[in-house]
Amino acid sequence: MKFTLSWLKDHLDTTADARGVAEAMTMAGLEVEEVTDPTAALAPFTVARIVSAERHPNADRLQVCQVETVDGPKEIVCGAPNARAGLVTIYAPIGAWVPGLGVTLVEKPVRGVVSNGMLCSAAELELPGDSDGILDLPADLAVGTPAAEVFGAEPVIDFEVTPNRPDWLGVDGIARDLAAAGLGRLKTPAIVPVAGRFACPVSIRLEAPGLCPVFAGRVIRGVTNGPSPEWLQRRLAAIGLRSINRLVDVTNLIAYDRARPLHVYDLASLKGGAVVARGGTDGETVAALDGKTYAAAPDICVIADDDGGRAIGLGGVMGGETTGCSDATTDVFLESAWFDPLATAQTGRTLGISSDAQYRFARRVDPGTVVPGIELATRMILDLCGGEPSEVVVAGEAPAAPTAFAFDPARVGRLTGLDVSPERTAEVLTALGFAVETGDRWTVTPPSWRADAHGPADLIEEVARIVGYDALPSTPLPDLGAPSAGLLSPLQARARRARRALAALGYAEAVTWSFTSQDIARAFGGGDDRLRVENPIAQGLDCMRPSILPNLIQAAARNADRGHPDVALFEIGPVYRDDSPTGQRTAITVVVAPHAARHWSGAGEDPLFQLKGDLMRLLTLLGAPAGLQTVQDPERAPTDGWWHPGRSARVQLGPKALIAQFGALHPATLKTLDAESPMLGFELILEALPEPRGAKTKSRGPANLSTLMPLSRDFAFVVEDRIPAGDLVRAVQGADKARITEVAVFDVYRGKGVEPGFKSVALEVTLQPDQATLTEAEIEALSAKILAAAQKLGAALRA
Amino acid sequence: MTDLNQLELDLINAIGSAEGVQALEDLRVSALGKAGSISGLLKGLGAMSPDERRTEGPRINGLRDRVAAALAARKAELAAAELEARLKSEHLDLTLPPRPARSGSVHATLQVMDEMVALFADMGFSVAEGPDIEDDFHNFTALNFPPKHPAREMHDTFFLRPDPETGERKVLRTHTSPVQIRTMMSTTPPIRIIAPGRTFRKDSDATHTPMFHQVEGLVIDRDIHMGHLKWTLETFVARFFEVEGIDARFRPHHFPFTEPSAEMDIRCDRSGGVLKLNEGDSWMEILGCGMVHPNVLRTCGIDPDEYQGFAFGMGVDRLAMLKYGIPDLRPMFEADSRWLSHYGFSAFSAPSPAAGLS
Repeated sequence: MKFTLSWLKDHLDTTADARGVAEAMTMAGLEVEEVTDPTAALAPFTVARIVSAERHPNADRLQVCQVETVDGPKEIVCGAPNARAGLVTIYAPIGAWVPGLGVTLVEKPVRGVVSNGMLCSAAELELPGDSDGILDLPADLAVGTPAAEVFGAEPVIDFEVTPNRPDWLGVDGIARDLAAAGLGRLKTPAIVPVAGRFACPVSIRLEAPGLCPVFAGRVIRGVTNGPSPEWLQRRLAAIGLRSINRLVDVTNLIAYDRARPLHVYDLASLKGGAVVARGGTDGETVAALDGKTYAAAPDICVIADDDGGRAIGLGGVMGGETTGCSDATTDVFLESAWFDPLATAQTGRTLGISSDAQYRFARRVDPGTVVPGIELATRMILDLCGGEPSEVVVAGEAPAAPTAFAFDPARVGRLTGLDVSPERTAEVLTALGFAVETGDRWTVTPPSWRADAHGPADLIEEVARIVGYDALPSTPLPDLGAPSAGLLSPLQARARRARRALAALGYAEAVTWSFTSQDIARAFGGGDDRLRVENPIAQGLDCMRPSILPNLIQAAARNADRGHPDVALFEIGPVYRDDSPTGQRTAITVVVAPHAARHWSGAGEDPLFQLKGDLMRLLTLLGAPAGLQTVQDPERAPTDGWWHPGRSARVQLGPKALIAQFGALHPATLKTLDAESPMLGFELILEALPEPRGAKTKSRGPANLSTLMPLSRDFAFVVEDRIPAGDLVRAVQGADKARITEVAVFDVYRGKGVEPGFKSVALEVTLQPDQATLTEAEIEALSAKILAAAQKLGAALRA
Repeated sequence: MTDLNQLELDLINAIGSAEGVQALEDLRVSALGKAGSISGLLKGLGAMSPDERRTEGPRINGLRDRVAAALAARKAELAAAELEARLKSEHLDLTLPPRPARSGSVHATLQVMDEMVALFADMGFSVAEGPDIEDDFHNFTALNFPPKHPAREMHDTFFLRPDPETGERKVLRTHTSPVQIRTMMSTTPPIRIIAPGRTFRKDSDATHTPMFHQVEGLVIDRDIHMGHLKWTLETFVARFFEVEGIDARFRPHHFPFTEPSAEMDIRCDRSGGVLKLNEGDSWMEILGCGMVHPNVLRTCGIDPDEYQGFAFGMGVDRLAMLKYGIPDLRPMFEADSRWLSHYGFSAFSAPSPAAGLS
């Protein structure tokens, strides 16, 4: 919403300048977006008169003018064809910055004649208008008059109107708040009704009171339309509105002056004697004033004539092409109606149409302005166009005014902490238009334009904002004491620990979109239509992600495209299984593109086992229960299809519960994401990992530091190649859970000496005696148990 | 006499020039071994007269002790020389680089979220969470957005496809306020929570991304008023930016879910691309807040005549940018490894009241 300072001053008696007004607006809750002050740019320019104009001695197209200026007589070279003796125009002195040219004037000879300034065109001053030559101003303007004054340039304030305050869409509403805030005295001119001279020949029929419950109309005969006077054109132009003609400009002016949209019809083009406001019919179209044709519908308000048969406008939105006013118009029908806010908002969305009227009606126009609006418009039309008004006809009834409610002024202090007397509270509310009945029990009635005020909290807000938030006390929150159990849920605490752990292990945390494309979602086990975004920001971001893997793979590929292929990324964030509140899971996902530079000491550890080690370290840090298994069984417990079938495994708790999957990513999957192989990763679903059981005590129990030496024995087993080494290790561990504390794999061998299809797996088993040093016999017995356990997997000691 | 002196001289010389442990051992055996020269002399003592023994005994024993000492000294010398030689041969070129380790990092947004959690935890707030995919009730209706009201349009909501059976259209939450609703509906006051999380709006330009992060707060009790709101946010913002105090102003604003509502501005100077707080004469909006609207309390089953309180919300990514001088929003979600490394944080810089925020 834009307005000029002088416009505001028509409603508010104040000495404040634009800056002061903007400051007061800001602190009263009217969020100023911009204050533009064209007077600053026009400051150097003043009115001048050309005394004589002679042909330039060295150039046919130039003239040397003697000019009477604010700085005295000046000789100025001018190239404009309209420069002539007696012309009143605008003079720019040396040193002035000319906005339209983007230059600062310097004194320099033009073809041998020094020009002591410049005579300006409209374009050079960035003013609208004809720029064929220098400005041609009224001859009676005094030399030295500031250009800003000549052109009526003045500061324009633009501010954001919050949806709760449609009354701020009129300058009078802004003035009311500023007056309440103490910036000046409200002086909005009262509206004096204009008596009708004859009965209104047009009747009004309301067929859809849900869309248009009240409609006032009046005919004015014998008007003279045409271009608006300078002041009106200027006022509209200052806020970015184009002047059309007097009749239309009057309605536009009142829309901004009083937040009251109106419409004016050319009476000669109206068919039949009635104007009907009704719902549209399916298949009906309306040719609107913007030159476009819109499809009506039953929930769209249509204004029709010809006994309701011809649609001539979209009610509250835009008039129709067929009944618009032109310079030839002599008789008009003036409309001041009230259209339902929700219906008007919906019409705007459905038809993709917006207008000053639609914007205001959608936010709720003050129903109290239906008749005053038509009277004010009548007065202005009579002033500008002459004519003779009919009586006003009003069809329907305005929606109910806001109802009164009880208000305890002590609640202002209770809710805000402000120290405001009941007298001041009443004063503020009254200044804002509320009717306040004080006494033991206060009753407050909001004005018709404050449909947002329903109860005490609304009044408290009004008082607080007008008294000013600067007066709020600063009161420490009561100390609740720190809670003993911490403030994070176990899940939050684990996510946080995982974040720090992965960063410490060398992974860089990324945050990527929660969306991906449906195709990619499908490729990663998701893509349900219920997780499709109906209005995505881009086609590739139209589905909620089922996994973080594709996002990190794409990120790694982008890094590679930029010449940085070696990345190790992680993200801890949501993945979506369905659209219910419980369908969201927290995934901890890592993607590694292993492209480490070569190193003098050799290749180092296989990146995939490095990754597995990091995953296991992470699981330990997160308090994963003992008994997590790495299961690599493509037949019975395969990993998902986006993993390399031979180089991926599941981390399970027990035979079924999946905690994580890790491995190399499937080259075909990578290819569809335009990523180069190899990439490795894991995805861990945090919710799947059971929380450590809450112990009754923080005590850790005795440490049991045995005084007995542990001993180790090596075993080399020959086992079928298809048996995972992990199974063998687990079998050996299970041979004596109490005394076997560790089983390390120190060699895996295939080749000479081992039958094809078999491998040799060498284990170092650490034994911890519990009661006493183990005797040879006990060690023998334990070895036998280990052999027996391994034999169950078909393993035999290597000969 | 001369024999003993000569013997000692010869032995000490031989020991002194013995090269290697074996040569030294041979000398020991030749002097002090069973058949050694000194051992032989000691054996000869038995055949001597008591007088001779009295004079020769100490001489021979003294010789034995001196030779033994010389042997030990030379042995230590040789061992040291041998160790030195071995160590010299074990030379490693330590100017060679170690295997480079990737240096990991914590994302700036999540680091800042941790900072916020630490600060609010210190003020007695706990952390609440809720789903990103919300229903219309929790995201709008319960927050006092009337159906079809223009205020809803200001949120640029992402919608999911309507459910084929119920026709219900889920939304991606446009703020974390639904978490406040869920908290108020499931617990009883006093309530003191923050709700951090992902939020979504259909907006994409230099300063907006379709996904961003918010931290919202909610305090409900019998006597919580706007002065508490002011103190809480002034205290938070000063501590967050790690300054002693903050020059802030509260400006009336409109949100459907709070009344009175405000935006908080801080005084700052941003010339030269660096944020200088409490300087200059421009105000920058950093968060929205207000007293929870009675309709919201009522919807959540809390009696607004008995309980009242405040709520606030801020953009985490934006505050991270402001605090750490991150110029652009969009790269925060692009996972460029160079960006992550430059603007990321060490795993070991977890914010704590003792070590400070950053």
